Amino acid sequence: MTELSHIRNFSIVAHIDHGKSTLADRLIQETGTVQDRDMKEQLLDAMDIERERGITIKANTVRLDYKADDGETYILNLIDTPGHVDFAYEVSRSMRAVEGSLLVVDSTQGVEAQTLANVYQAIDADHDIVPVFNKIDLPASDVSRVAEQVEDVIGIDASGAIAVSAKTGQGIHEVLESIVAHLPAPKGERDAPLKAMLVDSWYDAYLGVIVLVRIMDGVLKKGERIKMMSNGSVHHVDRIGVFRPQMQPVDELGPGEIGFLTASIKQVRDTRVGDTITHEKKGCETPLPGFKPAQPVVFCGLFPVDSAEFEDLRDAIEKLALNDASFSYEMETSAALGFGFRCGFLGLLHLEVIRDRIEREYNIELITTAPSVVYHIYMKDGTMQELHNPADMPDLTYVDHLEEPRIKATILVPDEYLGDVLKLCQDRRGLQEDLSYAGPRAMVVYDLPLNEVVFDFYDRLKSVTKGYASFDYQMMGYRQDNLVKMQILVNDEPVDALSVMVHRDRAELRGRAMVEKLKDLIPRHMFKIPIQAAIGGKVIARETLSALRKDVTAKCYGGDATRKRKLLEKQKAGKKKMRQFGKVEIPQEAFISALKMDS
Amino acid sequence: MPAVSAEDWRNGGFGLYVHWPFCQAKCPYCDFNSHVSREIDQTAWVRDYLSELRRTAAETPGRVLNAIFFGGGTPSLMAPETVAAVIDAARSHWPFANDIEITLEANPGSVEAGRFAGYRDAGVNRISMGVQALNDADLRRLGRIHTVAEARAAFDIARACFDRVSFDLIYARQEQNLADWQAELRQALSMAVDHLSLYQLTIEQGTAFGDRYNAGKLRGLPDDDLAADMYFATQEICEAAGLPAYEVSNHARPGAESRHNLIYWHYGDYIGIGPGAHGRISIAGQRFATECHRAPGLWTQAVAVGSGESVRTVLSPQDQANEYLMMGMRLKEGLDMGRFAALYGAPLPAERMDYLSDLGMIEVDGNRLMVTEDGWPILNAIIRELLAG
Repeated sequence: MTELSHIRNFSIVAHIDHGKSTLADRLIQETGTVQDRDMKEQLLDAMDIERERGITIKANTVRLDYKADDGETYILNLIDTPGHVDFAYEVSRSMRAVEGSLLVVDSTQGVEAQTLANVYQAIDADHDIVPVFNKIDLPASDVSRVAEQVEDVIGIDASGAIAVSAKTGQGIHEVLESIVAHLPAPKGERDAPLKAMLVDSWYDAYLGVIVLVRIMDGVLKKGERIKMMSNGSVHHVDRIGVFRPQMQPVDELGPGEIGFLTASIKQVRDTRVGDTITHEKKGCETPLPGFKPAQPVVFCGLFPVDSAEFEDLRDAIEKLALNDASFSYEMETSAALGFGFRCGFLGLLHLEVIRDRIEREYNIELITTAPSVVYHIYMKDGTMQELHNPADMPDLTYVDHLEEPRIKATILVPDEYLGDVLKLCQDRRGLQEDLSYAGPRAMVVYDLPLNEVVFDFYDRLKSVTKGYASFDYQMMGYRQDNLVKMQILVNDEPVDALSVMVHRDRAELRGRAMVEKLKDLIPRHMFKIPIQAAIGGKVIARETLSALRKDVTAKCYGGDATRKRKLLEKQKAGKKKMRQFGKVEIPQEAFISALKMDS
Repeated sequence: MPAVSAEDWRNGGFGLYVHWPFCQAKCPYCDFNSHVSREIDQTAWVRDYLSELRRTAAETPGRVLNAIFFGGGTPSLMAPETVAAVIDAARSHWPFANDIEITLEANPGSVEAGRFAGYRDAGVNRISMGVQALNDADLRRLGRIHTVAEARAAFDIARACFDRVSFDLIYARQEQNLADWQAELRQALSMAVDHLSLYQLTIEQGTAFGDRYNAGKLRGLPDDDLAADMYFATQEICEAAGLPAYEVSNHARPGAESRHNLIYWHYGDYIGIGPGAHGRISIAGQRFATECHRAPGLWTQAVAVGSGESVRTVLSPQDQANEYLMMGMRLKEGLDMGRFAALYGAPLPAERMDYLSDLGMIEVDGNRLMVTEDGWPILNAIIRELLAG
């Protein structure tokens, strides 16, 4: 065990691309935790998707031994937290597991919206914060400007900031010294009953579920029986250890320490982030505050492109759900798409990550239907129902009113794009809450319906600002509005997978946009096809896709037979991938592309 | 083992295709195997063709040859002696049908026209001329090196030499409207002898037009609606002039259809010799797709060591059925549903047939399946519905 005074626990707060993972790599290298020959880029981002997108999805941790300039050896525990709003709850738990943060800001870019959201989490967790200005090797680096920004926008003292280049290693030693000097040591009672926070957990094929814990009080040893306080389940600890960054067994974990335990737990579902772990006998009385079960906020349908792969999809989804308590699913049947699953996610990134993993790791091609938020339907009999799928909208005669989730969105944007951003937010039914300036950039705060954001808001924002805007949001609760279900009819038949909830005032506009899009997305058939948008029985927009006029090979002689046959056979195989709806074949991409708005 | 489909080659006839791979200049819309070369040693080509004839004849003994077609490239660059040598050799290998058709594709230039009599003496009895357009501006746009006046002069010489003359036109060209085409077609019909091939311009990948199209620089092409209107107008005008369509793009006075091309559309057997030439041959209960080396130099080397063939594939029952469907449906007379079923081992899909026939795209007459007039311009879509597999 280590003296509390010789432990420092910290996280790194940063915007995507500001160099968080590179800095972590350098700290690992500088302390000699990993031999140079074993170094690979972004050591802590284990999943392909994490490496590719430069984001962290699961909390990762590493224990560094650092011999400081004062001659003492310290244990530094770094928790690499997820950096995305979808995982805000996980971030908040990780933050509670450490006492301080490094705030990494790219000195060529400045503070971004995501930096703000995460740094506020650190401030909420009472962290001491050391600002680190990265990328000083680049010509565009401007440390004094960034320092000013950190003080003005975030409101923390930047006088102790350290200028570094994670790329070249310049300033890394100073960072380590500052962690020892400026971040507080953890507190805790060795003799008190065990109280540990479950920071994160994941599944390992050999060891079962691995639980990342922070010991608050007491001591955890191998062979002990522990209890999860949220549900009372008891487990026998088969091993404990720390990450360096690979697993290394230890005899015990004491107060202030961060490490892992395994206890033959089969499902990640049985280990809830934020839960309190104690001993089965003589455990602590009260759990740590702030635990809450995961609540999906975005739902969509996932259907196999090849309907024969439904069972494979079920298998994949069940396996992923074992490893992700925040992901929910139930079977769904769609007239257009056949059998699939209605899945709930923490947000859009979470949705994309799960979808990518099914496609890549399980090799199943998917049709994803339009994401929908959870509406609250207040019935005339006084009850409330949650609506996860527009197709399930009950008969309006029984409905009193609807409420939709709203968010508070923070957008930082160079002022030349401000007008476009304001227009985008207004178009999406936003209510402006704040507009201020941080240097040459505007900070806009909007109250927006989540429904207007889940789909293509971020894409549009990137497009109108040429990628210069940064965006983050937090959930704000429900509010009543005039919402209706809009159906799309193709060849006079409603296509359930294209039903969407819209605001009544915007229904015509959305309906028109959708039928126009579909007219381009659905290939011409041998007959003309009416495409309509309707609310209840009333058609609000209509387009007609005219019949196929010409598709014939002008020349087809002996030398063409093989090539033309193969071409036709390939086209026929492409047709098979489309979804037959009545007499009409609809390409898969139509189910998502039809909803994209160009303005 | 599923029963091997052993179709009798006589079902579709037996032809010989000879590919001459050279042109004076490459046309921007053409995706055929053609090369521009200044020095051509005709005796070497005769030697190679004859070698290939010996090889292929050895595999197909006892057959009667219904047609020979010299295609290209520009076969009217062949010396009449070269053509004569090939025809004579073919005659020595296979008995000729009494009504054998021997066609040569010709460029309508003055130099070529000077060789027409020589071709006739060699045994050619039908000329197919690539006139392509009847106005000079469009000929230049199509990259053709002849003028309308030259074409007309060459055409008069052809008529004097041959009883059977066909010519090709390309329509649905850049900036062409319906009235322009109708006028041009009427003019063409006033010249026509007994056969016309009328092709809508197709932008093929890997051609100069394809590159320009991909770059968005090929402007003024008619949209599908106008192209369809042009197609229907073509049918009407040709029918009224006594040259109805017997195939998607081919029109003839009754009895003057191209017998060689009918072998393709009847899904018969044909031998293909020369660079890039394709063949279909039935041997011992199997049907093979053959293909020769495309590059002339490579082909020559391969012939020297025994065979110009680069690919020989066994066609599965499904491949054969789909090829028969794709070829047969191009003909006004339609296809024999019994023969499709015999090739594939199962009949055409009844539910898809009902669907197409409810839409008025196909009609059934006894054992024959035909595309209706409305169906022709969207034939590929119809075939896709019916393809086996």
